Amino acid sequence: MQFTILVYETQSELAARTDPKRKDAYWGAYRAYTKALRDAGVMVGGAGLEPPRTATTVRVPDGKRRVQDGPFADTKEQLGGYYVIDVPDLDKALEWAARCPSASTGAAEVRPNMPPPPPGA
Amino acid sequence: MSDAAAAAELAARTSYGRLVAYLAARWRDVARAEDALGDALLAALETWPHRGVPDYPEGWLLTAARRRLVDGARHAGVAAAAEAELTLMLQEHIDDQRGTRVSDHRLALLFVCAHPAIDEAARTPLMLQTVLGLDAARIASAFLVAPATMSQRLVRVKAKIREAGICFEVPERREMAARLEAVLDAIYAAYGSGWEDVAGADPRRRGLAEEAIWLGRLVTRLLPDEPEALGLLALMLHCEARRPARRDSGGAYVPLREQDVTQWSQPMLEEAERLLKTAARSKSPGRFQLEAAIQSAHAQRAWTGVTDWEAIALLYEGLLRCAPTVGARVALAAALAEARGAETGLRALDAMAPDAVAVYQPYWALRGQLLKKLGRNTQALDAYDRAIGLSEEAAVREFLMTRSAQMR
Repeated sequence: MQFTILVYETQSELAARTDPKRKDAYWGAYRAYTKALRDAGVMVGGAGLEPPRTATTVRVPDGKRRVQDGPFADTKEQLGGYYVIDVPDLDKALEWAARCPSASTGAAEVRPNMPPPPPGA
Repeated sequence: MSDAAAAAELAARTSYGRLVAYLAARWRDVARAEDALGDALLAALETWPHRGVPDYPEGWLLTAARRRLVDGARHAGVAAAAEAELTLMLQEHIDDQRGTRVSDHRLALLFVCAHPAIDEAARTPLMLQTVLGLDAARIASAFLVAPATMSQRLVRVKAKIREAGICFEVPERREMAARLEAVLDAIYAAYGSGWEDVAGADPRRRGLAEEAIWLGRLVTRLLPDEPEALGLLALMLHCEARRPARRDSGGAYVPLREQDVTQWSQPMLEEAERLLKTAARSKSPGRFQLEAAIQSAHAQRAWTGVTDWEAIALLYEGLLRCAPTVGARVALAAALAEARGAETGLRALDAMAPDAVAVYQPYWALRGQLLKKLGRNTQALDAYDRAIGLSEEAAVREFLMTRSAQMR
């Protein structure tokens, strides 16, 4: 069963990506986590996302285009990336989410991936 | 209001398990006993502020809960319920005549929770909820399970107890050993799998460690002559004694070998040693006594300044014969590495099945440490990375990253 782990990071964690003093620890932790997922054979895919300030949000209410600089939601923790994993059940997915570095500082949200819609639906 | 609330809370904390056990044993239905007691506690919070806290809060709660149970049965309108009601009233009458307080059925309840018919994974959560009154959300967090899932599991398992007619009795002498082992296993699971960690430090289940020790004490009080129950309590106290030493003042992780022994809790260590001695008198060793003996061997450093790794390795070999867990095998490898060199420790790790250790963090942490000691840096970095990626705690992650960075 496939699950997506959404990596929610605080401003401070996002800043660690480029902070000369903290970037080694930041990237080292994610590199190791990704390696652990791969070595365990559960990794399906994923990506890190550029910081929220690079986001552009598009809405088309009533056919009118609205484009805005910045992320959709202005919250304390921002989506910093995601992993798609394949594990037997939610319990196993939560075990992996607990190991995600963002779980210690921000959050790691787990959602089951929807199966593809049945043919003809 | 705050007085009444405090009194209700105190009554709940001190007598929850006893009241649930008493009601469940009479009514043979854990879920309804809990619901009735929950309603009684709510009623207490509503009533006590106006009428004052009763002299005997436990008795008040029991009467209120019993009334709910009888009302519930009346609504269900079944003949069996009428019979149960009569039995209950008769029993109450006998209790009143004797003037006794609520008799203690908690031991029977513990045995119900760890009954062979109950799914092993549900036993500890069930025990924590029925005997201690912990809510499903808190139990779910401790076991890293979705709260909704945990609630469902608890509901299902209580339905099973009712439907299967599991007996609320303390097992007979000849069954005792096997049944008690299940109870002790469930309590140990509450103490936390963190202690499988070779380095011996994982405070994430702190919340439940206290509860587990409380349950351990309860069992030794109710069954004072069971050496394994004493062994389990000794084991938990030994581990608990070291808690303050597991982090330095800055919150950084400190492995067992580097812990400052003056920070170990002396009273807890002494109590653990006394319990283990008492257990040894019955000359029937078991898994928990062995595990406690291993922790006792580590504790000797507080008095002698040295650790006898050869003795620890020997104890782990004994433990593996009665409880062959992955954690014990990794811990044996760690002891062998200390006693006879990193090469020997590594050979013990190599002998383990790859599937069993694929996501077992302590295995990779130890492997990294031993390879580093042997100067096999590339392999060591690889193992450290795996351990870092499998770590749940920021402090442990940082510790391993520092150790691995020393090789880069």
